[in-house]
Amino acid sequence: MTLLQIEDLHATVADKPILKGLSLSIGAGEIHAIMGPNGAGKSTLSYVLGGRPGYEVTGGSVTLGGQDLLAMAPHERAAAGLFLGFQYPVEIPGVSFVQFLRESLNAQRIARGQTPLSGGEFLKLAREQAALLRLDMDMLKRPVNVGFSGGEKKRAEMVQMGILDPMFAVLDETDSGLDIDALRVVGDGINAVMRHPDKGVLLITHYQRLLDYVKPDFVHVLADGRIVRTGGPELALELEEHGYEAVAA
Amino acid sequence: MSATALLPTRKDEAYRYADLTALALLWPVAVELIFVPAGETRAETIVSLGAAATVRELAVVVEAGAAFDLRVLSAGSSYGRITVRAELGAGASFTLGAAQLAGGAQTLELVTEVHHTGPDAVSRQTVRSVAGGTATANYLGKVAVARGADGTDGEQSVRGMLLNRAATINAKPELEIYADDVKCAHGCAVGELDANGLFYMASRGLPPELAKRLMLQAFVAEAFTGAAEEEMLLEAALKALGEML
Repeated sequence: MTLLQIEDLHATVADKPILKGLSLSIGAGEIHAIMGPNGAGKSTLSYVLGGRPGYEVTGGSVTLGGQDLLAMAPHERAAAGLFLGFQYPVEIPGVSFVQFLRESLNAQRIARGQTPLSGGEFLKLAREQAALLRLDMDMLKRPVNVGFSGGEKKRAEMVQMGILDPMFAVLDETDSGLDIDALRVVGDGINAVMRHPDKGVLLITHYQRLLDYVKPDFVHVLADGRIVRTGGPELALELEEHGYEAVAA
Repeated sequence: MSATALLPTRKDEAYRYADLTALALLWPVAVELIFVPAGETRAETIVSLGAAATVRELAVVVEAGAAFDLRVLSAGSSYGRITVRAELGAGASFTLGAAQLAGGAQTLELVTEVHHTGPDAVSRQTVRSVAGGTATANYLGKVAVARGADGTDGEQSVRGMLLNRAATINAKPELEIYADDVKCAHGCAVGELDANGLFYMASRGLPPELAKRLMLQAFVAEAFTGAAEEEMLLEAALKALGEML
């Protein structure tokens, strides 16, 4: 079954075409990696999927679980099962992670016709997921991402993913800014939360490193706004060895 | 008619952005006196949520070594104006935490004058204004340090959040210093809700109204930190914000 279907996607940022006919199909139980040089459109793809204002779709379609993703507002996409992991998680002063995530999860649950979690139920869930990513539960009582190191922010992103339990995750350079130990913890987290026959992942990354921990089923090379090559995990190794220019040519 | 009863004009700095038509109906305003005797501690909370125009004028005297904590939540009035004139004796302490939540076509304003008349007094003013619709929120705050009031420690933190481009926030901290050894800090900024933050919150499933409310709640809460009735104030502010969004 196809979870995410992207067909001939065109998108502009400030009237500049960035995505130029990108097509991609990701099935349930699959993890795909998109690699590519700077400026290829990797982050634009993640923002277009998330519905960020300023990223305008000028053609093509995207469905998630059969639903028209592009017709939905960003928060509706989350309720439909999409999780967007940020390259640069945003700091929100004065709002605690616990409050933010509980409200977010319950807004999603209400949108799906499920009953909201009580304070106690939510804290139990948050504690479990924080333990999985080895993030001190006390950190979730602090304001969202404020004063967190780069690595802590990325780990907190994964804890959020665990709590929200999405059907599909787009992870934009989740590996950037991580030391080797944190990379392993984050990789384990992705596997624990998202390695599931009903779920899918799109990993956006520059480097092969993360793929040592999260084995992709498919690797795509994005260059100049479209997928120029698709292969198995060996393609990532080839890229690492020969560089984008040689492989994408 | 006595001179004090004359309706102010816009030439008067303290009334530059006032709703003079609304003010005329309530003029002249009776001054409420608050006296904190030497060494004593008092706290006062003003919560103004009703729709009717309200204009209040407080004259506060905080004697040597005394402390006064004033918290203000101004939200509902079509026109709401609070003037606070505080006189601080030696070693006195004055805290003001005020939130103005203006929506629709409301005009809310806060005018303060804090006079450090003796040495070593401390004043802390934290003002948070939110304006939506075509509303206006004003703050004019003077800290005056008299000759000989050395060791004065005055602080004004003034921030405004505009919910749209048709709303207005005026903020003007002023300092008038006639002593040498003083510490007077003021910060003043007016901005909009962080678009990156709003998208981040939406990406986790928070609808825009809820995301805005969380952010504004955190913003406004800074005015109520440490208040005896912090919880009540936060709850009332949250309710008022919910009605604005």
